[in-house]
Amino acid sequence: MTISPSDDPEYDLAVIGAGAAGLAGAVTAAELGLSVALLDTSSQLGGQFYRHPAPALGATRPEALHHDWSTFTDLRRRLTDSGVTHLAGHHVWTVVRAEPKDLWDVHAVTGADGNGERPARVRARAVLLATGAYERQLPFPGWTLPGVVGAGGAQAMLKSGLVVPGIGVSSVRAQPRAGIGVSSVRAQPRAGIGVSPARAQPRAGGRVVVAGSGPLLLAVAASLVTAGARVPAVVEAAGYLGYARHLRVLAANPHKMAEAAVHGTALLRHGVRLRTRSAVTQVHGADRVEAVTVSRLDRDWRPVRGSGRRIACDALAVGFGLVPQLELATGLGCATRRTRDGSHALDLDAQQQTSVPGIWAAGETGGIGGVQLACVEGELAGLAIAARLGGRPALTESGRARALGRRRDRMRAFASVMAAAHAPGAGWTRWLDDTTDVCRCEEVSAGHIREAVADYGARDARTVKLLTRAGMGWCQGRMCGTAVACLAAEGPGAEPSPSPERRPLAVPVRLEVLGALAEVTASGAGDPEESADPEKGAGR
Amino acid sequence: MARDRSPAELVGAAPDAAFEITFDGRPITALPGQSLAAALWAAGILAWRTTRVGGRPRGAFCGIGHCFDCLATVNGEPNRRACLVPARPGDAVTTQEGHGHDDLAVR
Repeated sequence: MTISPSDDPEYDLAVIGAGAAGLAGAVTAAELGLSVALLDTSSQLGGQFYRHPAPALGATRPEALHHDWSTFTDLRRRLTDSGVTHLAGHHVWTVVRAEPKDLWDVHAVTGADGNGERPARVRARAVLLATGAYERQLPFPGWTLPGVVGAGGAQAMLKSGLVVPGIGVSSVRAQPRAGIGVSSVRAQPRAGIGVSPARAQPRAGGRVVVAGSGPLLLAVAASLVTAGARVPAVVEAAGYLGYARHLRVLAANPHKMAEAAVHGTALLRHGVRLRTRSAVTQVHGADRVEAVTVSRLDRDWRPVRGSGRRIACDALAVGFGLVPQLELATGLGCATRRTRDGSHALDLDAQQQTSVPGIWAAGETGGIGGVQLACVEGELAGLAIAARLGGRPALTESGRARALGRRRDRMRAFASVMAAAHAPGAGWTRWLDDTTDVCRCEEVSAGHIREAVADYGARDARTVKLLTRAGMGWCQGRMCGTAVACLAAEGPGAEPSPSPERRPLAVPVRLEVLGALAEVTASGAGDPEESADPEKGAGR
Repeated sequence: MARDRSPAELVGAAPDAAFEITFDGRPITALPGQSLAAALWAAGILAWRTTRVGGRPRGAFCGIGHCFDCLATVNGEPNRRACLVPARPGDAVTTQEGHGHDDLAVR
C-alpha cells in the first residue's frame, strides 16, 4: 500500500467537513478564485443537519424532513458551479504541517466506514476545520439496551434511511448459537403484537420517547411524529426559563423563535406532551426497550424521590445537546475555550482563524450554534482565507464581511444563552446506580469509576481512563467523556479540565495505512512519529 | 401530515427495486440507498452485536459513525459500522460476538 505523488495534488484550501459551515466556506473561497478540496466522510454533501436519502431511495420531497432546505440546494449548486473538488468517503484522521512548512498535509482513510480501498493525502496552503459536532450523552440505568438510540442518531437514521427505531416488527428469531449470551440478541417481537410476518404488520410499535436536553429534542420529536412515529412524551431536563432572562438576545434572533414555533406547532398538532425539568432515569426491558421511567428533577438535575412515572414505549431517543468535534484541531495544538455548558470549543479570532496560523474553523467547532451560524461563519472564513492567500486584505473590510461579522456575533450571543440554559446540572449523577455502564465500549460501570475517584484518587477523566479503561475504547470517549469528567469532578479538590484531551488519531486507522505513511516519510513528507498514539490500537 | 404516514411516504420516495440481504441466515428486505443499520431497523431488528465482556446485545446508537456500537460482521468481515456501510444485494450480516476475531483465538 503506497501513497503515490499523483494522489497528492496541492490545493489552496482543504475544507474538512461538508456540512453547512464547510459548504459555505468552500464555495465562498472557490468563488473568489481559490482551488478547494472538500473532504467528508459521507458519500453525500450536507453533513448532519442536511442529511438526506441517497439518490437510489428516490425521495421526491427531501425537504419534507428539513427546515430551510433551499439554503442547502443553493450551496450545492454553487459548489458544482465553482469547481470545488468534493472528496466523498474521506475520513480525515490527522492534519500535520508539511515540508515546506507553509503547507499542510491532510491524511484520510477512504470508503463508507473508512475501511475502504486506500488511504489518501491532500496537501493545501490552508485548512478550514468544519468538523461539526456529535451528541453529548449522559448515562442512566438501562441506556445500553437495544432501542435506546441517540436523539440525533434517530434523526440521522430517519433523514437518510427513512426508518424509525422500534417501528418494524420482526417475526423470526435469530438461531441461538454456541457462545456467550447470543440468545439475548434475537430480534424479539414485542408482547401483544403477535408473530405475524414483518411485512403484514410493518408499522406496529413505533412509540418513541424523546428525552435529554436542548432544542434538538423538539426538532427530533417533530420529525418523528411527522414521519408516522408516535411520541408519548418529550422529556427535557432543563426548564425553558433559562432563555427568558435574556430577552434582548432572543429578540435579536427571531429566526430561532420561528424555528421553535414550527416544531412546537407540529408537536401540538400531534398531541405530544413536553415535560420539562424531568429525565428518563431508568429504561425497562429484557432484550430491548419496553418502557422508561421518567422522574422529575430539581434545579440541579437531581431526581426527585418518588416522582418516577412509567411510560410504555418501543424506543427511546436521547441526547443532552451537542459537543464540538475537535480531535483534528487539538491534534494541531489549536487553543480552546470552555463553553457555558462545560464543554470545549475552539478559540477563534474575528476572522475565524484558530490560534494556529493557517488553520481556520467554522460552525459547531467554535461552539454549538446551529445551522445559520455555521453558514455565516463558513462564509466569513472563506472570505478571510481568500484575503490571506490572495493578498487581498480588503476582502475582510468589505461591507459584506462586516455584515456577516455582526450576524455572527448576534447568533453567538444566542448560542451562549442556549448553552447556559441546557448545561447539565451537577445532580444528574444521582440517577446512576453503581451497575450502570458509563463507558459503553469498555463496559466500565459507574461503580468502578467511583471507586477510581474515591479510593484511588483520580481527579480527572484521563486518570480515570488509565485506572479503569473508561474512554479507551472504539469511540475514544466521545460517548462517555462528559459523564466520566463529571464523576471525576465529584472527587475532593477536583477541578474542571482546562483543555480537552488530545486524541492524535481522529478515527481508527489500520496499521497498513500507517505503514504506507512511513514509506511516504522516507521520501521526505510528514512525520508519522508525531501522530502515532500508543494508547489507541490502530489495527482492527 | 397524517399520523399514519411512513417516512417514505413523507418524502415521496420512489426507490429502485428492493433486494434481499440476510441477517444470521434469514432473509430481510433492504432498499437501495439504505445503510445496513437502516435495513435492519426496518425489519424490526435492533441488535446485531454482543459485547466483549458482558455478552450484552447492542445495535445502532449514535447513527452517524461515532459510537461504534453498531459494529457487525458483514460478509465475514468483522467490525464494520452498520450505520455507515450501504446495504448491497446479497449481503450477509451476522451477529458479531465480542471483538469478532474468535477465529484468531488460541484454544
